[in-house]
Amino acid sequence: MVELKQTSPCAGLLPVTLGDVTMSELTPGQMTCLTAFGDPADLSAALERAHGMALPGPNRSSGKQGARCIWFGRGDVLLIGPAPDAALGAHAAVVDLSDAWATVSLKGAGAVDVLARLVPLDLREGHFKRGHTARSQVMHMQASVTRLASDEFMIMVFRSMAGTLVHDMKQAMAAVASRR
Amino acid sequence: MRVAGKGVIDRSKAVSFSFDGRRYSGFAGDTVASALLANGVSLMGRSFKYHRPRGVLSAGSEEPNALITTGTGAGQEPNVRATVQEIYEGLVTRSQNAWPSLDFDVMAVNDLAAPFLGAGFYYKTFMWPKRFWEAVYEPVIRKAAGLGALSGQNNPDTYERAYAFCDLLVIGAGPAGLMAALTAARAGADVILADEDSLMGGRLNAESGAVGHQSGAVWAAGIVAQLSAMDNVRLMSRTTVTGAYDGGMYGALERVNQHTGIRGAGAPLEAFWRISARHSILAAGALERPIAFRNNDRPGIMTAGAVRAYLNRWGVAPGKRVAVFGNNDDAHRTARDLAAAGVHVVALIDSRPDAVIEGATFPVFKGAQVCNSGGRKALESITIRTDSGEEALQVDCLAMSGGWNPTVHLTCHMNGRPSWREDIQAFVPTPGSIPDMTVAGACNGVFSTRACLSDGVEAARTALGALGRKAPAEMALPEAEDTPYALSPLWAVAGAGRAWLDFQNDVSVKDIKQAAAENFSSVEHMKRYTTQGMATDQGKNSNVAALAILADATGRGIPQTGTTTFRPPYAPVAIAAMGAGAQGHGFAPERHTTSHKRSVAMGAPMIEAGLWYRPSYFPKAGETTWQQSCDREVGYVRKAVGICDVSTLGKIDIQGPDAARLLDFVYTNMFSTLPVGRVRYGVMLREDGTVMDDGTTARLGAEHFVMTTTTAAAGNVMRHLEFVCQALHPEWEVSCTSVTEQWAQFAVAGPMARALLNGMLDKPIDNESWPFMACGDVQLGGVAGRLFRISFSGEHAYEIAVPSRYGAAAFDALLGRAEQMGGGAYGMEALNVLRIEKGFITHAEIEGRATAFDIGMARMISAKKDCIGKTMAARPGLVDALRPQLVGLKPVEPGGRLTAGAHLFEREAPAIRENSKGHVSSVCYSPELGMMIGLGFFAAGPARHAEVIRLVDHLRKVETEVEICHPVFLDPQGERARG
Amino acid sequence: MRIECPMCGSRDRREFYYQGAAVMLARPDPQAHEADWEAYLHLRENPAGPTRELWQHDGGCGAWLVVTRDTVSHQISDTQLAADVKRAMGKAS
Repeated sequence: MVELKQTSPCAGLLPVTLGDVTMSELTPGQMTCLTAFGDPADLSAALERAHGMALPGPNRSSGKQGARCIWFGRGDVLLIGPAPDAALGAHAAVVDLSDAWATVSLKGAGAVDVLARLVPLDLREGHFKRGHTARSQVMHMQASVTRLASDEFMIMVFRSMAGTLVHDMKQAMAAVASRR
Repeated sequence: MRVAGKGVIDRSKAVSFSFDGRRYSGFAGDTVASALLANGVSLMGRSFKYHRPRGVLSAGSEEPNALITTGTGAGQEPNVRATVQEIYEGLVTRSQNAWPSLDFDVMAVNDLAAPFLGAGFYYKTFMWPKRFWEAVYEPVIRKAAGLGALSGQNNPDTYERAYAFCDLLVIGAGPAGLMAALTAARAGADVILADEDSLMGGRLNAESGAVGHQSGAVWAAGIVAQLSAMDNVRLMSRTTVTGAYDGGMYGALERVNQHTGIRGAGAPLEAFWRISARHSILAAGALERPIAFRNNDRPGIMTAGAVRAYLNRWGVAPGKRVAVFGNNDDAHRTARDLAAAGVHVVALIDSRPDAVIEGATFPVFKGAQVCNSGGRKALESITIRTDSGEEALQVDCLAMSGGWNPTVHLTCHMNGRPSWREDIQAFVPTPGSIPDMTVAGACNGVFSTRACLSDGVEAARTALGALGRKAPAEMALPEAEDTPYALSPLWAVAGAGRAWLDFQNDVSVKDIKQAAAENFSSVEHMKRYTTQGMATDQGKNSNVAALAILADATGRGIPQTGTTTFRPPYAPVAIAAMGAGAQGHGFAPERHTTSHKRSVAMGAPMIEAGLWYRPSYFPKAGETTWQQSCDREVGYVRKAVGICDVSTLGKIDIQGPDAARLLDFVYTNMFSTLPVGRVRYGVMLREDGTVMDDGTTARLGAEHFVMTTTTAAAGNVMRHLEFVCQALHPEWEVSCTSVTEQWAQFAVAGPMARALLNGMLDKPIDNESWPFMACGDVQLGGVAGRLFRISFSGEHAYEIAVPSRYGAAAFDALLGRAEQMGGGAYGMEALNVLRIEKGFITHAEIEGRATAFDIGMARMISAKKDCIGKTMAARPGLVDALRPQLVGLKPVEPGGRLTAGAHLFEREAPAIRENSKGHVSSVCYSPELGMMIGLGFFAAGPARHAEVIRLVDHLRKVETEVEICHPVFLDPQGERARG
Repeated sequence: MRIECPMCGSRDRREFYYQGAAVMLARPDPQAHEADWEAYLHLRENPAGPTRELWQHDGGCGAWLVVTRDTVSHQISDTQLAADVKRAMGKAS
């Protein structure tokens, strides 16, 4: 018998605070990619029954902290938090991605300015509101960006790129901090 | 010389800086140019070609002469315009293109040789002997000519790039830009106002006229204060909009810390912005043009508007005895402002006999021209020509004005051509040149202050209409100067000698005429023949005058002559700014496996495989070469058990009712027949019949597969699958999800592989329950994993996958057990040896040209179904028996050397390109066989096993006789993997 | 340059991967004439004017798009999901 210890994607790299912005690792629990087969309304209903949230439309999220569902690209959503109910499998491909992504929070008044250095998205508050999400890029990395609050974002990149994420973010954070 | 009571500089803050080793003092708000002029320094540079002494011509970013180097050491910055660089405490600057000193420059001898160095000089002179160009001429010319130099060291400065979004981008914060921004902001639009100056206001800071009941500068500051208090406005000063691009994108360069001494700690020197705007207003103003006359380039001769700027904005009189020379009414203001400030105005010379000049308190010459200047390194006198002859005047500064050119540059960035306006003798933007851009103010040929204010409001109304917003009902306009702008053209004063047009490139009127005489009469040819309009100022000061002279010399009108093409960037942009962040660790994402830390700790050199980092080998004490480590690691796998991280291989989870159909379509062979719990090797083709990738796919359930791809092709294969699912068969119910990062996967290979695993798995396995090519779920200490019995080494082997959070621990555990069993970790070198010995291919073989036929897998293209690439793979040329096909290669002499990339020839054929019958794709030293072996492609190779051919590597000078053999060198029946 | 992704909205060009002419959607029948296959794989128009192209929003939602772009002005007049275009083709034939 073996005993295997867990290591988080950003272990030893976070948290980091520069200026008024803090980047810290999130451990949101299980992450499951759901891709609807047939009518997405059926998946939405199953999701509602099992986890109390509807299937989010493109660029939107549903649920709340602890049990959230974010749109994750064409045809895909990511259920974050609970273990997926077995009933979902009848309406969707269910793929465990709990370990595939490094997930961080970027929080602080300057967070939006930090992201403006790395993400080619229009993040103005009137355009990218709380609960909005996007698949985009952080510097050269494919990413998922979700606004958790006016001054907080959830950023996800591939797990193997956690080191580069922290490197690129720190550089942008330092530049923003130097302007304040 | 400072003038009391003038300027918007902060006289309470003295700032000291140095120029060519001497310390000078200026005030906060000064540029290097204004501070040097205030200190009586007028010589600031040497010209590019003739090394003529030069001073400032302008007061802005169009400056052609006063180029300096700032900073010292690695971070020194060449070709900085003294008219743009603000001074800060401790700023170090120096002149360029002069040796041994600016004051005494030996290369000024070029100026004496000028009769021989005119337009086309290089083209005519350095024709022969041909080989002299690279060896002699070019190095000498490069040394003698040129601007400033880089340090030659790595740039230590930090740069930044960033994105911004707005409804309206207003470019230029002069009267038109300020009113446009204010109007749009009041209507609630998100506005970015960008201006290249440190102080917003444009010409309002440089003129003495009032706006409302205030000075122009104070009024501008008031508007800026209003704008900065609004949440929907972003003010970007020191920001030059450098380019207009498709879809409302603009490039802009912000000088973040060029005006401070702050360096390091992540503080950027400059930022390159990509601004996405739904609409834009170009209010970039206008640039004053000089007049060409003999020796019009002496330090002390500058544009009339620049003289007013130095006086009104910086409180500096650029001379004690100043003359003004112009062809328009605007120039008169310079004389009036100087006189009012108590500066001695020696003369106002207006080329128009009918000029109306009111209230002059200085001598006025109408219908006169300046035809020469005197002095050595500074202006001492000018010669004026009137109806009654020539006359010398003692002056130390001449302000000249040939009229104003609207700054049309940005409107030309998307192929637009400006239109000629006869009344102002200048080009203006052609409407619609840039989609969703409105042009306003002087940039649009509107020159009075009042008209600019009003044009700004109008442009904002247009923009708001386009944005679907309501414009404010009324925008109160302050009273301001509203005089008409009148001029009659004067491009060059007739006479002998060199009259300069392009100061930066030392192009004179004569050069343009010579180009025309030699039939370089198209404006684009003239530009390249004379170099007019090149280098950092891109002809901002000289283009229109050069055109006018070319038009005259070729007997055409100016509009018929046309313009050269203005391209981005408007002003120089450091490459470092555009590529900010993408250097060092930021160059590309570095993908680390979960075993990365442990591998590095074991001393493994990491090699890049795509974006991944993989261990090359794991050195042990006593080993002096990589080969020793590699041989040992190969031995682990052949004799005991080896562990290798294979997480970098692409893993794609494929689910859905049509999953098997998708696999049948993208792979050449059948997957719909694969039983659950089994793995199959597959080859996929591109539609043209060439091999795209290979790998194994496991069936985990009736409608659930996991495909593996090679590390290098993972992204391409994913994109290919998405293409098939979306663009070819959207009716299929199938989903593809990358799970590469979800699973940490390790090869456990060697005769003791099962024994090792059985010490770790919660439930042991045997050959019955887990035969070759079986797969399924397993548990390791309660952790759910997956086990695949596949082999890339030919040995009894498995790949075990665990969720990545357990990857580091699993690697440690596997390694610990392997070492106890006489095995250990193996890296890429050993992996390569193991697969070559077995004839397994990688992208060294399937390199984008090889077909399934070439690699001996033609039979894998199922006859029972269609698949991508099937039709085209059957083309006769792709299944020709004479095509080079996969073979094994071994040296005839056991010590013979094989090299990858070498060509293969028949034994007797000369080793020339025409005779090449194939090449070597992979080689290694096989410890098992005790010799080098290789894989390669040879014409009709499979039919020629046991024949001897010749390997020739011209590059490495290797020639070896090799025997063609079957590509599987070891265990051809595959008994070891099945055992 | 910006491209309007039908899923994600207006996005920076850097998020997109360019593939080539949208001809690729019309894969010939395996039994089709050699000339049809050659045209499908190799023959491309090079118009000065509107052209239909395949792009993938791979730095975004992953959707394959059919983009109608004018090669003279670079103006993009239309973007659609390739899946929708393909489905419509199926109905038309």
